[in-house]
Amino acid sequence: MAVEIQLRVNGTPRQGQVEPRLLLVHYLRDVLGLTGTHIGCETTLCGACTVLLDGKAVKSCTVLAVQADGTEVTTIEGLAAQPEAGGQLHPVQEGFWEKHGLQCGYCTPGMIMTSVELLHNNPAPTEAEIRRALAGNLCRCTGYQHIIEAVRYAAKKMKLRKH
Amino acid sequence: MTTAMRYIGKALKRKEDPRLIKGLAHYVDDIRLPEMHYLGIVRSPHAHARIRSVDVSKAKSAPGVVAVLTGADLRGAIGLVPCAAQIPEMKIALRPVLADDRVRFVGEPVAAVVAGDRYAARDAMDLVGVDYEPLTPVVNPEKALAKGAPVLHEQYNDNVAYRWKLEGGDLKKAFKQADKVIRQRIINQRLIPVAMEPRGVVADYKPGEKLLTLWSATQIPHLLKTQVAVMLGMDESFVRVIAPEVGGGFGSKLNVYPEEALVGYMAIQLGRPVKWIETRRENFLTTIHGRDQIDDIEVAVKRDGRVLGLRAKVIADLGAYYQLLTPLIPTLTGLMMTGSYKIPAAQMEITGVFTNKMATDAYRGAGRPEATYLIERVMDLVSAEVKKDPAEIRRKNFPQAKEFPYATPTGLIYDSANYQKTLDLALKKANYTALRKEQSKLRKQGRSMGIGLSTYVEICAMGPSSAMPAGGWESATVRVEPTGKVSVLTGSSPHGQGQETSFAQMGAEVLGLEPDDVQVVHGDTAAVPYGIGTFGSRATAVGGTAVYKSLVKLREKLAQIAGHLLGEDPQKLIFRDKKIFSKSAAKKSLPFGEAVSAAYVAKTLPPGMEPGLDATTFYEPANFTFPFGAHVCVVEVDADTGDVRLLKYVAVDDCGNVINPLLVDGQVHGGIVQSVGQALLEEAVYDDQGQLVTGELMDYAIPRAADVPWMETARTVTPSPVNPLGLKGVGETGTIGATPALANAVVDALASFGVRHVDLPLKRERIWKLMHKVPGRAPSKARRAK
Repeated sequence: MAVEIQLRVNGTPRQGQVEPRLLLVHYLRDVLGLTGTHIGCETTLCGACTVLLDGKAVKSCTVLAVQADGTEVTTIEGLAAQPEAGGQLHPVQEGFWEKHGLQCGYCTPGMIMTSVELLHNNPAPTEAEIRRALAGNLCRCTGYQHIIEAVRYAAKKMKLRKH
Repeated sequence: MTTAMRYIGKALKRKEDPRLIKGLAHYVDDIRLPEMHYLGIVRSPHAHARIRSVDVSKAKSAPGVVAVLTGADLRGAIGLVPCAAQIPEMKIALRPVLADDRVRFVGEPVAAVVAGDRYAARDAMDLVGVDYEPLTPVVNPEKALAKGAPVLHEQYNDNVAYRWKLEGGDLKKAFKQADKVIRQRIINQRLIPVAMEPRGVVADYKPGEKLLTLWSATQIPHLLKTQVAVMLGMDESFVRVIAPEVGGGFGSKLNVYPEEALVGYMAIQLGRPVKWIETRRENFLTTIHGRDQIDDIEVAVKRDGRVLGLRAKVIADLGAYYQLLTPLIPTLTGLMMTGSYKIPAAQMEITGVFTNKMATDAYRGAGRPEATYLIERVMDLVSAEVKKDPAEIRRKNFPQAKEFPYATPTGLIYDSANYQKTLDLALKKANYTALRKEQSKLRKQGRSMGIGLSTYVEICAMGPSSAMPAGGWESATVRVEPTGKVSVLTGSSPHGQGQETSFAQMGAEVLGLEPDDVQVVHGDTAAVPYGIGTFGSRATAVGGTAVYKSLVKLREKLAQIAGHLLGEDPQKLIFRDKKIFSKSAAKKSLPFGEAVSAAYVAKTLPPGMEPGLDATTFYEPANFTFPFGAHVCVVEVDADTGDVRLLKYVAVDDCGNVINPLLVDGQVHGGIVQSVGQALLEEAVYDDQGQLVTGELMDYAIPRAADVPWMETARTVTPSPVNPLGLKGVGETGTIGATPALANAVVDALASFGVRHVDLPLKRERIWKLMHKVPGRAPSKARRAK
């Protein structure tokens, strides 16, 4: 029994029949081929699968594709098209590159998406606020320090761009 | 190295990052092939049981299912799961890819289901009926050694896997001359690596070409290729292994797992590509665990704090079967047991034990964090015993810088070090004297601040082949392409460490190019020469040295060509800015590309020279390297909650010369935070039925961003004499050096409660109980306020 869904993913309208139990992350990865969103735990704990659903960071391994019906989904692949990125790298992506905010890269797309949401809500977060905001995104490589620096770099850059 | 270096030593941002930050990289699960099928594994829910029967009839007729396999189907078809480590007289633990008649740990594979999509495979797994006859599980390693304990491997009389002994120096004399003997049980709890990417395998078989291609999340594509060929009975030339983007390993992917052979076998049988992706639950249950040692130690000490001898009896819990290196890992603890101290006599006796658990194997540090935790706790036990500052006790026992190379009683030769200098710098950066003053001030106010030191040394750059189970060399081919671009083909298999950048820095340095002119290729056995892989902090010090030597060979050949074309002495040419200059007449130069072109067009080469620009090195290191460092950790424990607050962390490391300091900082940070996990949060707990109760990220707490302090890092530089670039390696320093600093800080904070040792992890409950052992001793915040 398939269900019809319609949504926008990275600005592109998508529609199709999906099984009601299909997870959003499998829809993105296996149906649309957007494999930048990773699966690390299937249980909402690691944050590797974080995407933006109507601008809010959600863990797509515990959202059903049918729940995303009628929404706007942004994945790591669509970040460069965001207004603050100007078609290039998003400032958060740039920060991760500049500050060595990644090693194996597996948690990185999720980390970046959560950081984008954080900076939308709080353009100048303190170190403690960044750490708290990233509490749902696990990284086993970096020890988080360079990630904090990456988010700070992005915050500065986004502030400069606004002025 | 000189300051004239342009790229070596520079903090360049990574070449590998753009694909990773854009979501365009390909990990195993991102590989999609036409007609790909999905494999799911039915696993044992019992820690110890006999399999009476397996009923696959329902699963076979489920929608989308193309195959269901049991251990009986595979009998004789796939070889056993391999172990490369050999210890004299060790017992054999036969492990088929799918359990045949008996299961020995929860999660052991029993049957496999292949279906057209992952949901169908998952559904069909539930339809496989396995009839088990439960047997008594043996979970606690000490109980496993007791008389009458159920025996895991029924061909033997007991659960002792092996006994291993190492002894050096005159231990009898040491204990005879000792003023005091300190005894302590020190436990290195079982840990779970938790790489963020679980394991996964994709296999594709082309019957016409007879070629099996296997993509696996592995740290050792070449060794895996050899082992899979052996397990499947194939000609190795027809097996190609590709380690694509790999999402962290920490030793957990330094292995050969049953699924790697199984997925390859199914792809051959079905004639279709097959994918298996580990779930996180499976990752906890069936990817190797680490540590798990009980160390009973005796220390012979002089009244002034000099350590004369150290004896350790170790019980190493190996789990139910050996994985690739399982039996070897605890022996590394023996080699490093005297740490950075001049202890004349040492002895370790290890008893390896089979229990109904997942195998332990190489988890980041592999045997050395255990040694460092042991010896660094010993140093603090000694300072408590003789009532001297821990920094002073360490200084008293260090070998002096001029004593290197230094021979340990455990048979190692430490290459180079200056332990005093590193400790001094760490104490200065941490403001140690002021910290001690603040501590005593706070103690008077009833607050428990603790300062912990760790002056570790580790064994890296693994290693000379004579000391390794399956070769310790590394390979590199460097090829300058006809267009002048450089391909570095390395046998190392980086999975986050950043060698695509650091090896490019080497290439640019040696050949006078830009790092962007150099592409590093790795992980594909069809593209790069046979190699060993990335583990044991070896990729830069061993793999990088192979790259460097190949680069130098090519530079020499290019110098010959350029010298011939310019009419100059090849010895007097320098490579810079994509040109080859003459030192004698600076204006005489040749574009790099022209010399390259000459090598391929081959009309103007010096007489007798072979065309082409390709150089291969199989570099065999003469010794290990021994990075070291001094870490200082400051904590405050809360008497009301038992909470440990990390106030300060200073890490001064010495990994010899550095190719890229940014990458080194990243390795150090990540390692320290894994230590925070070991010290404060992480513990693999099996219940008495052998069920892993910490089998999810909900129950097994790896550190989050908010759990860790800001880390201050610094370095001293003592080049290693072992390799030409003076490199030591840095991949494991954090996990080796930091755990004892954290533990020592907490014990120091609790010293006024009469505590001299606490087992890890330092959970709130454990600490609170220690602080409240004597009622009224721990001043609560409320009482302090009065």
